[in-house]
Amino acid sequence: MSAYKEIAWNGLWKQNSILAQLLGLCPLLAISTTLVNAVSLGLATILVMMLANFAISALRALIPYEIRIPVFILIIAALVTVVDLAFNAFLHDLYLVLGIFIPLIVTNCIVLARVEAFAAKNGLRAATFDGMMMGVGFVWVIGLLGAVREFVGQGTIFSGIEMIFPSLSGIQVLPEDYPGFLIAILPPGAFFVLGLLIAGRNWLEARANQRLRDKRLHEHPSAATATA
Amino acid sequence: MSNPLEIARRESSVLRISVRTAVIMLGFTLVFTALMAGTYKLTEPLVAASAAAEKLRLIGEVLPPRLHDNDVMADAIVLPPQKALGTDEDSRIWRARKAGQPVALVFEAAARDGYSGRIGLIAAVSADGRLLALRVTSHKETPGLGDYIDPKKDRNKARPWITQFNGLGLSEVPRDKWRVKKDGGRFDQMNGATISARAVTNASGRALAWVVENRDRLFALPANSRYEDQGAKQ
Repeated sequence: MSAYKEIAWNGLWKQNSILAQLLGLCPLLAISTTLVNAVSLGLATILVMMLANFAISALRALIPYEIRIPVFILIIAALVTVVDLAFNAFLHDLYLVLGIFIPLIVTNCIVLARVEAFAAKNGLRAATFDGMMMGVGFVWVIGLLGAVREFVGQGTIFSGIEMIFPSLSGIQVLPEDYPGFLIAILPPGAFFVLGLLIAGRNWLEARANQRLRDKRLHEHPSAATATA
Repeated sequence: MSNPLEIARRESSVLRISVRTAVIMLGFTLVFTALMAGTYKLTEPLVAASAAAEKLRLIGEVLPPRLHDNDVMADAIVLPPQKALGTDEDSRIWRARKAGQPVALVFEAAARDGYSGRIGLIAAVSADGRLLALRVTSHKETPGLGDYIDPKKDRNKARPWITQFNGLGLSEVPRDKWRVKKDGGRFDQMNGATISARAVTNASGRALAWVVENRDRLFALPANSRYEDQGAKQ
């Protein structure tokens, strides 16, 4: 596997920030009530992770090991503030939707984790790519979580999309008189759905490992019989 | 090991490392604070312009433009913090007139007892004391649950919850009936999310009563002047 393929695979699945590392649960649980909210926060997170990984990879020679964590936090917080202000000034309509989510990104420890574990030890291009892939891994899981919670909780999908694309509107999937399932919208529902997603990932991983073992056994049956 | 010269040298190197680390930390702090300050300065006029445009849009939402012919943004007075409006800093009251006659007052108010803190409101009250329209300008209510107080999030698009106040005055709904049904009042709330509706309903009732009571003074003050509380001396 080439280095970039491995970075992508790690971000999307193997080291997925939510499913494997369980990082960034604070914004995850707070924002994943609808698909549109979840994906919006995810996209802002990708931007911040790419910027943070890029900046710290570029400055890594200047940062003494002993004070790396305060410096990382300083840089991440400054970048989030700059992104927040830039959104407010140049993309005001989008800011009205995303505005409340952007400061929340600082609370997402996945940003600090990737900076510490990857960007501080790797070159610019690899670090930026890692930020992007970790961000994409965050988006698809939070998006799925948001979609499930929205569907179960209020029977719609894409509700709130008109805030981003005024010509579109949410889709009522279940009948209009669906009473809603409150717990899916409330924080406990987020934990339930997240638990199911993690269980699903573990099941897939276990199955893949089992297949790998079976295949090895098939290719070298002598090794198995010799020990038996 | 116990050579005094050796110890002195080690101590000085520890000191040197500490100073070096502190200087680097200070350097990073200065550079990134400058970056933030620079961005703030650069974006400030744009942000202020967007905020003013946003305010004008909000005023337009509660006050139909055909009702007045004056420049509402220019005909404003400054209001010190008012308990009845729930404001804790200076706010503005915009005055709408047609042919010089008072038409409506537009003002910002807040409910402090939302489910997740402050709910910002903007309202227009007509000169004859009816609440023309009410809108939520900012809130942190639970998405998908309490956020129906914002018509953009309300799933009832035909008749959003917040429009039930439109056109009502204290003569139609007395002050003690200006509550949600759960509290024995006139206004609907959604089951499971009463707190958000109660906060908005109570805040709008308080604000309406205060504005109606002070209507004549609020219209009479010259533009850009400051409203002073009558009972300020106590």
